[in-house]
Amino acid sequence: MIHEYKKTLKNYVIGLLWLLGLLWPLLGIHPDGTLSFDRTFTTWLYIAAGSFICLLIYMLNKSGLLRPVGNALSAPREKASRLIGAVPIWVWIGALLVAACLYPVFTGRYAQDVATNVLIYICLGLGLNIVVGLAGMLDLGYIAFYGVGAYTYALLNLHYGLSFWICLPIAATLACIAGCIIGYPTLRMRGDYLAIVTLGFGEIVRIILNNWMTLTNGPNGLLGIKPPSLYVPSFEAGFSFELLYIKKLQYLYYIALALAILTITAVRRLNHSRIGRAWESIREDETAAELMGVNTFILKLLAYAMGALFAGLAGAFFCARMRFVSPESFTFIESAMVLSMVVLGGMASIPGIMLGAAALIILPEVFREFETYRMLAFGLAMVVMMLFRPAGLIPAKRMGTRSEDREG
Amino acid sequence: MEPILQLNDIVTSYGRIQALKGISIQVFPGEIVAMIGANGAGKSTTLMAICGVLPIDRGEIYFKGQAIQGMPPEKLPPMGLCQVPEGRRIFPRLTVDENLALGAFYRHDTEEIEKDLDTVYGLFPILKDRRRQHGGTLSGGEQQMLAIGRALMSRPQVLLLDEPSLGLAPLVVQKIFDIINDINRTQSTTILLVEQNANLALQTAQRGYVLETGRIIMEDRAETLMHNPEIRKAYLGE
Repeated sequence: MIHEYKKTLKNYVIGLLWLLGLLWPLLGIHPDGTLSFDRTFTTWLYIAAGSFICLLIYMLNKSGLLRPVGNALSAPREKASRLIGAVPIWVWIGALLVAACLYPVFTGRYAQDVATNVLIYICLGLGLNIVVGLAGMLDLGYIAFYGVGAYTYALLNLHYGLSFWICLPIAATLACIAGCIIGYPTLRMRGDYLAIVTLGFGEIVRIILNNWMTLTNGPNGLLGIKPPSLYVPSFEAGFSFELLYIKKLQYLYYIALALAILTITAVRRLNHSRIGRAWESIREDETAAELMGVNTFILKLLAYAMGALFAGLAGAFFCARMRFVSPESFTFIESAMVLSMVVLGGMASIPGIMLGAAALIILPEVFREFETYRMLAFGLAMVVMMLFRPAGLIPAKRMGTRSEDREG
Repeated sequence: MEPILQLNDIVTSYGRIQALKGISIQVFPGEIVAMIGANGAGKSTTLMAICGVLPIDRGEIYFKGQAIQGMPPEKLPPMGLCQVPEGRRIFPRLTVDENLALGAFYRHDTEEIEKDLDTVYGLFPILKDRRRQHGGTLSGGEQQMLAIGRALMSRPQVLLLDEPSLGLAPLVVQKIFDIINDINRTQSTTILLVEQNANLALQTAQRGYVLETGRIIMEDRAETLMHNPEIRKAYLGE
């Protein structure tokens, strides 16, 4: 016992010294060339004191001194969890849906904008989840399909004046086709090699968008794209339909919500279908899946195309919301972001990915107050999350969730 | 009688190294055929070549009279040829039920699948108790049962078994081999068995092939092989 505490304390001291070594150059060296220690030291002391308290609680818990407290709390906790378990799942979904629908009524522009972003990234995350979480192929160029969707709407709208609603399926189809074109030569590869090749293809798409001046106007981007429109009945001067452009953020939020719900439903159904099961078998063991009669090539291509489809939908909406596209929105960092959402939230887990998307969009906004340390805090939060929940925020629950469950 | 599975002079290679240097095998309907040999003799390679996972350089493979060399692996289970691969290779993060359902992936006859599921659970009652557990949480013996059950779900006429005794306790091995015998007898499934455990394999099989460095050096009735002094010395540890 004593030996164990000594070991923990030793690790604690070493960790603190390492932190000091890291903090000093970050806080102590000033741009004008002067050095100072006091600020580093006070910050370090705060952190040391804070972590010491955490350590103390941890050690107390381990030695069993906190057990009475835990026992006292366990009864009400059990009660609460039973209460939560007693409410059927559709009530939760319904409550969430109502909350999502009422959200714009109680919030301002800024909050609505962030929420719309979250919804777009939910679509992207769930789409990528088909490729990464279900079929188990690491795709680092996913954002290219988002770009294909966005530029499809932008170009069709600017040149042919097609409306958002017509372009939505066209964008999805084109992204799907792009997925097949890119997927066909690359999907023969496995693992790390596939990741590198998809990374390359993602960059190729971005560079084409950047350099094809005559079509995409290059890095300047395309301006003047119309927002989604609606025909609204009007009663001025007799009954007629009036074309109304949806520019208000509130309505755009609802469109994003509809797209997200569509994506969630579709991915959920795919997840629980025969095809979803085959994807998972490919993820688990490709050769064994082949031996069992799963056509791995076609199914991998399908996973890629389906993933691209949802990215295309999200891309078209993104473009209609911004009314502007440029290749800058489709850089590798965006692919990495979406991938982080999938991994952070929990691979193959739909609620997990929704939470992951929300976390990765909202956290940087919350940390805005820390100004310069914003990205540092964001990175730290990610490291901590992965340390404590390596399987994701809400890991996929895979036991007894299939048809057998309903039977019994 | 026509052989149900026939290999004519199969040659395959990994890169520039020839793994099989002309293998010819015949398997007749209803029998159990054993392939024995040391590590690296080419036993598993032969099975992978039959299933189309490994491309072959030369030779023909006939299944029920039809040439199947060069066919993609996923076409074979619908024809009635299924493999239980070496090291079991079950899907660890899928449940037992889902693993078995994947064995019947190509089939659409839901009622018949249900029936076969019951048959498999009848053969391996332990799997039924664990039907909602992840495949990866099963013990080695249970995983081997799951792998065999998964292959049975495709209703194979010929079952290729690759080292079913690998890494299992002797008691469990005996149980697995009893079930293999049972499958052969009650479902009249033809079995091509690859084994390191030559003793057990030759006891189970009617005929046997002995492989050495990619060649067949002997083929005979299992009993004869078992009493062959050379085989006893090389593979039965005497």
